[in-house]
Amino acid sequence: MATIRVTAGGDAALETRDVSVFYGSNEAIKQVSFEIPRNKVVALIGPSGCGKSTLLRCFNRMNDLVPSARVTGKILFQGEDLYANHVDPVEVRRRIGMVFQKPNPFPKSIYDNVAFGPRINGTGGNIDAIVEQSLQQAALWDEVKDRLGHSALELSGGQQQRLCIARALAVTPEILLMDEPASALDPIATAKIEELIHQLVADYTIVIVTHNMQQAARVSDYTAYLYLGELIEYNDTNTIFTAPTEKHTEDYVTGRFG
Amino acid sequence: MNPSPVSASVLGAVSSRTARERFVRVVVTAAGGVSILTTIGIVVVLVWESVGFFRRVSPVEFLTGTEWTPLFQPQHFGVLPLLAGSILVAVIAALIAIPLGLGSAIYLSEYAPRRVRAVIKPTLEVLAGIPTVVYGYFALTFITPLLRHFIPGLGIFNALAAGLVVGVMVLPLIASLSEDAMFAVPRELRQGGYALGGTKFEVATRVVTPAALSGIVASFILAISRAIGETMAVVLAAGMTPNLTFDPRQSIQTMTAYIVQVSLGDTPFGSIEYQSIFAVGLLLFMVTLAMNVFGRWFLRRYREEYA
Amino acid sequence: MAEARAALDLQLSTPPDLIRRRRIGRVFELVCLVTAVGGVAVLAVLLADVIVDGAGWLNRTFFTRPPSRIPTRAGILPALAGTIWLMSLVALISFPLGVAAAVYLEEYAQKGWLQTIIQTNIANLAGVPSIVYGILGLAVFVRWMGGLTGGRSVLSGALTISLLILPVLIIAAQEAIRAVPNSIRDASYGLGATKWQTVRHHVLPNALPGILTGTILALSRAIGETAPLIMIGALTFIAFTPDGPRDAFTVLPIQIFNWASRPQDDFRHLAAAAIIVLLVLLLSMNALAIWLRNRYQKEW
Repeated sequence: MATIRVTAGGDAALETRDVSVFYGSNEAIKQVSFEIPRNKVVALIGPSGCGKSTLLRCFNRMNDLVPSARVTGKILFQGEDLYANHVDPVEVRRRIGMVFQKPNPFPKSIYDNVAFGPRINGTGGNIDAIVEQSLQQAALWDEVKDRLGHSALELSGGQQQRLCIARALAVTPEILLMDEPASALDPIATAKIEELIHQLVADYTIVIVTHNMQQAARVSDYTAYLYLGELIEYNDTNTIFTAPTEKHTEDYVTGRFG
Repeated sequence: MNPSPVSASVLGAVSSRTARERFVRVVVTAAGGVSILTTIGIVVVLVWESVGFFRRVSPVEFLTGTEWTPLFQPQHFGVLPLLAGSILVAVIAALIAIPLGLGSAIYLSEYAPRRVRAVIKPTLEVLAGIPTVVYGYFALTFITPLLRHFIPGLGIFNALAAGLVVGVMVLPLIASLSEDAMFAVPRELRQGGYALGGTKFEVATRVVTPAALSGIVASFILAISRAIGETMAVVLAAGMTPNLTFDPRQSIQTMTAYIVQVSLGDTPFGSIEYQSIFAVGLLLFMVTLAMNVFGRWFLRRYREEYA
Repeated sequence: MAEARAALDLQLSTPPDLIRRRRIGRVFELVCLVTAVGGVAVLAVLLADVIVDGAGWLNRTFFTRPPSRIPTRAGILPALAGTIWLMSLVALISFPLGVAAAVYLEEYAQKGWLQTIIQTNIANLAGVPSIVYGILGLAVFVRWMGGLTGGRSVLSGALTISLLILPVLIIAAQEAIRAVPNSIRDASYGLGATKWQTVRHHVLPNALPGILTGTILALSRAIGETAPLIMIGALTFIAFTPDGPRDAFTVLPIQIFNWASRPQDDFRHLAAAAIIVLLVLLLSMNALAIWLRNRYQKEW
């Protein structure tokens, strides 16, 4: 049924094996198995309600915050199952960071936003240096270096989202999950985010959920197409968009339904 | 089709209906105006008699004098003992109500399972609804005797017991307003905190509470204002001795208690003792009004942040 | 490969600093729980104290006799009668007035500076200490309008207390009216109904449960009010029940205050017994309000 074409050749940042997610009795994700290669961008696409955000949230155990959610199967991170009994979700989230659809900076200063993660994680060291480095990585440093003490809410939408990216990077995760990071932004801000993704992938593995197929085509190396909780097809992006194997995939990417 | 008065134009207004509509409009507008009349009434009454008072007592002596003995000879009219009494009780009340109220709010908002919440929330509402005389009774007959075992020098009437029960009285206010403020913090902010590897404690204290700070501070201000306006509990527990002190073991008199004291006696209309009620009342009104306006301004600020 | 795997094992389990952070979190949660339970505990102790002190004195004499210098012969009859008189008058005065004002603010008032002023004014009035209302009542209802009201009468008291609870009542009624969806109003207007017809046949009936709940809660505040009534001259020692609105009176809270102020132990018991009666009345009203709210809560 599902045509999984990509394996990471042993160098998977994340590997899902028969992962299902249940909300109560409703099976929102059905037995999904695939590998996410290290230092690549993988896009999850599909129509609304296909479960891409749900799947993404499995990767940093954010689904734990939903009382009725239940996850079965295995998600291997460096060989360790994220859902094993001994695993602490808080530690998982430090290693696997997330950026959300709507920028959600804390109502604090720009500096305090970025410093939040390092401070609570007790990574001692020079917080100033960490803040500067993270903001540099998020391509925001030049724009805010003179007003680090200002409220983060003063920034524009695009800047706030880059701030959220800097904030996530400040805890030095290995994987960055992005849940439709540009959908609330205007085209110029979107372009900046996409450019940022190109730069970041050298140091991080990125999994991005997007409902914008052109964006998926632009930024990702590999694309996974989900429909109603099932992984229909997973291949390198070029193939998915030009020569998909499944008819279903082809219908979706050519816009026959949305 | 019953005949009804119809004007010349088919679409014109039906006159009997219009008259009724106008009548209703007048009635409801008048009702809306009653509140304005009330405020005007309060201000006029307080100012009118206070003017009479301040013709006989200088405002400077009133505001800076340290002895308040209008009911004895020689008469002194320095209001500071009353003001100090009100502040002392309010401070003690705040020391109780703020930690307990805020702690309850954080627990209810971030930690409490649904069943526990269903017990604690209504209990806090009941706590808020218990009449002040009952609290005064409790302070006088239970709390003071209990405290006297531990605190030497505690008078039968003392500010401490009064402050404690007033604190219990206003803590539901802090708890419910603070909880509302924390509830209004958007889910995305919490999720952002968790996604950065925060524990529940860290998200609650370093994301949610700071984000809700305006609402929380507003609740403190409004609670203190209510504590200052409290009367019967203080009368019963703290006594009626104007006393410029910050020692909570002593008996004191608050602005509100003084006003009651005068009313309990036979004070002739127009006498200076009678007028002193209005002067003290005016001070009380202005202090609580200022705090309420300030507190509500703070409240609006947090609502604006998450409009 | 297997050794490398084993070395990586437990990599995602709780690192030491996280253990410490979590422990702090658990202590904090416990502290907050204690504070939350603290309020419940105080309530329990208070109720227990009152019941222990007063339950034994709730006998027939207590309910049928006026107060007396001799504790065993004292009762709350005039106070209870006064309370019932007062609450009835307050309900009669404040309910129509409050609902009308709420209707004005929600349905008739032009959204502009006037409405904002009235709204802010009401919010301010809700925070004014109750004794200030007593001062107002003394000056206006007892002195100025003394001829009409009978001076230090239950009517003056009712007028004063009505003004006191009016802001709270109006705010609650406004919320109930606001909760009625606009689609209903639109439907009514669309059929050619006038504003009053819409309010009378659609808005008020649908808002009524909420309005009643708010009114009962406001009245339950009124029942415990003491200071304003002392100010307008409700007597602290009274041996008869009111025959009409212009009569002198006393109320339960004042009787409680009176007895609680006396040093003798027996009077303390009487005070406690009267408190039990007051609390029973109060909790019944609250229970009624909550029952109303739950039974008639409309899910729009």
